[in-house]
Amino acid sequence: MEDVSAKFVSQKISRTRWRPLPAAALQPPDLFATGSWDNEDNRVSIWSAGDLGNAGLNGEYHGEPHLLCDIQHNGDVMDMQFLDQERIVVASSTGTVTIFRHHQNNQTLSANHRWEKAHYHVDQDTSCGGAACTGVVCNNPEIVTVGEDGRINLFRADQRDAVRTIDNADSSTLHAVTFLRTTEILTVNSIGQLKIWDLRQQRNEPSQIFSLAGDRVPLHCVDRHPNQQHIVATGGQDGMLSIWDIRQGTMPVSLLNAHEAEMWEVHFHPSDPDHLFTCSEDGSLWHWDTSTNVSEKPSFLHQGGRSTAYLSHSTINQSVVSAWLSNDPTKDRMEITNLIPNQTLSVNSLDVLGPCLVYGTDAEAIYVNRQLFA
Amino acid sequence: MDEPDTEPPLVVVPGADPSARQLCFAWGPAEVLVCETLFDRAGTGHGAPSSSQVFVVRRDQDIYIQTLRKLFNESHGIFMGLQRSEEELAGKSRKAQLVQVSKNYRSVIRACMEDMHEAAVATRDPALQGQYSTQVSILSAMELIWNLCEILFVEAATAGPLLLRLLDWVRLHVCDVDSMVREVLSSESPSKHKLFWNVVDVFVLQGRMDEARHLLSKEASANPTSMNMYKILDDLMKKMPVPSVGNTQTLTELELKWQHWHEECQRYLQDGTFASNPHMESICKILLGDEDAILEKKELMTTWYHFLVTRLLYSHPTVKPMELRFYAQSSMDLFLGGESSPEPLDLILMAAFEFEIHQVIKECSIVLSNWWFVAHLTDLLDHCKLLQSHNLYFGSNMREFLLLEYASGLFSHHSLWQLGVDYFDHCPEYGRVYLELHIERIPLSTEQKALKVLRICEQRQMHEQVRSICKIMAMKALRNNRLGSALSWSIRAKDAAFATLISDRFLKDYCERGCFSDLDLIDNLGPSMLLSDRLTFLGKYREFHRLYGEKRFPEAARLLLTLMTAHIAPCSFWMTLLTDALPLLEQKEVIFSAEQTYELMRCLEDLTAGNPDKQKFQDDDVETTKVEMLRLALARNLARVIVKEGTVEGS
Repeated sequence: MEDVSAKFVSQKISRTRWRPLPAAALQPPDLFATGSWDNEDNRVSIWSAGDLGNAGLNGEYHGEPHLLCDIQHNGDVMDMQFLDQERIVVASSTGTVTIFRHHQNNQTLSANHRWEKAHYHVDQDTSCGGAACTGVVCNNPEIVTVGEDGRINLFRADQRDAVRTIDNADSSTLHAVTFLRTTEILTVNSIGQLKIWDLRQQRNEPSQIFSLAGDRVPLHCVDRHPNQQHIVATGGQDGMLSIWDIRQGTMPVSLLNAHEAEMWEVHFHPSDPDHLFTCSEDGSLWHWDTSTNVSEKPSFLHQGGRSTAYLSHSTINQSVVSAWLSNDPTKDRMEITNLIPNQTLSVNSLDVLGPCLVYGTDAEAIYVNRQLFA
Repeated sequence: MDEPDTEPPLVVVPGADPSARQLCFAWGPAEVLVCETLFDRAGTGHGAPSSSQVFVVRRDQDIYIQTLRKLFNESHGIFMGLQRSEEELAGKSRKAQLVQVSKNYRSVIRACMEDMHEAAVATRDPALQGQYSTQVSILSAMELIWNLCEILFVEAATAGPLLLRLLDWVRLHVCDVDSMVREVLSSESPSKHKLFWNVVDVFVLQGRMDEARHLLSKEASANPTSMNMYKILDDLMKKMPVPSVGNTQTLTELELKWQHWHEECQRYLQDGTFASNPHMESICKILLGDEDAILEKKELMTTWYHFLVTRLLYSHPTVKPMELRFYAQSSMDLFLGGESSPEPLDLILMAAFEFEIHQVIKECSIVLSNWWFVAHLTDLLDHCKLLQSHNLYFGSNMREFLLLEYASGLFSHHSLWQLGVDYFDHCPEYGRVYLELHIERIPLSTEQKALKVLRICEQRQMHEQVRSICKIMAMKALRNNRLGSALSWSIRAKDAAFATLISDRFLKDYCERGCFSDLDLIDNLGPSMLLSDRLTFLGKYREFHRLYGEKRFPEAARLLLTLMTAHIAPCSFWMTLLTDALPLLEQKEVIFSAEQTYELMRCLEDLTAGNPDKQKFQDDDVETTKVEMLRLALARNLARVIVKEGTVEGS
């Protein structure tokens, strides 16, 4: 596919994130950050998506991503997110949470603030070992982190100490976290549970627990529908995509068979939430499209080399019309496209913004697709 | 067993001093650990205490070069594609496919070379620069060898096209003269340039006739007097018959034409047409394939294999693959002229020209500092079905041996181990064993990494390794007091013994603190509860507490009794269970039936009888009070229940 540019970067990529666009921006995103894992010396890097100077009239970009700056990072980058235009919060396998600042005038990165051992184990010898921080989510200035120690931390970007810490929030490993509303967060853990936490309450208990029936398949990622906050998507160890309606029930509304191995990330498209993207250990990246009204809309995804499948899914009758929950017969089909044929190694991370997709793999390559809806 | 062909290379370990004391070593998968011993050189006395250093000596150094990681990763994709493409196509299209694969490999080498070159230019550190330049030359040699192997073995070009391919090969790789060509062409009037004739010669030597004629025409227009001479030479060069790829003419036709053209050249040379211009005369001699004339241009050719191809072009254009060896050998001898001895690269290329595939691979293995090249090349040649007959006296076959070596190297790398997995997968005989041994040695720093390793093992049904990884992770979690995590891991490994151990920890914690931790996990055990008896008990006991909390006393009582009578509860826990029964016995309404009360009493007696008052002297008072309280409660309950049941039945 000629609209995808790739670059081999000599480090396994664990996270890729677009820099958020300023509110009024019309251009597609141009900068993204990556984090590496499993290296002797891991790095956080800022990349330019392509050669902006050569942008043609049609908004076509040429050239592969190129490195603007990078900085050494202690431990694997487990998760990261932009706090604002300049600052990135990075979660480390050492349990440290760091805010890096990207100085755009001289293209350098520097550590802005660091919470050492935000996540830690209290082991039997009373010496504190760091525990991997597995997930981070920001809602400037608030930062929430979760970790293998089952702890939830709430930080504020400008404060030295944690605002709130819930020790032993979960008896198993927390894998990911996201904001539900400004005061509520969602976490997923390694025994197949989705929990809602209300940070206003002083009780150290989740306000609601949802769980997968039966096999307790670990959940690895979670994302919330950008407009309809009751719709939540999670991805599990068996590659299954679950859609939850958190207003009712304690079980997922629909379970969609997806990847063959761990689903590492799931993202609703931020401005076009009929589209969803998932990536997996099996080396595939799927585009789920519920916007297609199969009969009328010409399918732009039927391109050579891509495998397209229709999946029919039954859902519970909903009063609110949402493509993800409804069982309206015309929308009862979902178009699913694998964007990476023949990849063998894990796709660890993806991010979508506007018409652009960026993803990183264990094959030490980053890929940028600038015309997702071409 | 064969004798080694060459002396094994000497590796100097910086810091170790073998002259002072003996070294000892231990083999690892891809590394050797070396350290100094107490023994001195003579091996008798004990010298001064040795240095406390241990050295790690690695065989496959190139694995650790940052820029080459691109080569490893990208070629991994090509390798996997090649294994997948297995035998679908037959005949010609299969060959085209294999040639394409070979080209892909080469383009990866080239891309890597460019990166390395850029890095060399960008860096200011001279040592680093030297290192990069060495790498560039190694990569370029690899590409040179690969390309020749592609022509001779993968594509197996036949007489005619063979020469065209060899010409392309020379043009692509002899780039020392390129700068000279550029300089001359970009000058104002090329024909006045002092290197003009050199450039023309280069073009002729490389068979680039059109470019040579173009240059000559410029010179001709500057010298109207010798116009005729130029025209004749131009005509000769134009008419030169070349093998065509399109195969419209047969070889015999070509040979006839060529013979005719050759005679024409001969005629012009003999009648002295070019006598007035030594440059043109020498070109004509070259066209005639005159070895001495060609050898005179040694500096312009720089290598013997260029000489070989030029010589073939002008003396034997329809050379057959099998005839190459004679020309190659004599060309090398002529070119080197006994002045210098052939270098390893020359020997490798010579072996290729001689179609000694195994010799090529052997020499490459000895000379190159990585296994990447031989492993991938051998695999490709194996897919071309060129290596079947060869069996080693060790391991299975050469392809597998080399792939195993390469993949083992990858596994010794902290980050590239993931690539190694797929290579092991495609080694039918020993791949699995290697993978099993290597995968267990991957350090599991985070759960995510453990999950990735686990997935690799699960996909391949490596149950033993799955168990061991889960156990390691469970042990880690236990050490960190993460009982919930530990239990999850042991459930995943279906490790009953470990689940029992953790359940005991849970119960111990409960006894100490009076409440359960990690309720979210224990309440959600589901079918995994059946993994071990103790875990079942833990789950059921927690269920009892829940029922009790929900004031569903009869159900709670029944469950409690079952836990003891069905021997689900460990004996050590019976006292706790009986104590738990106390509040139920003291409830206002009667909960235990007469029969259940008898059962409870029997349990209590079993416990006290089987546990004579030997242990716990300090707790004696507490224990006896407890037992007595229980007996009292049981008796009272029995009285109440007899009355109740009597009245109910009586009425």
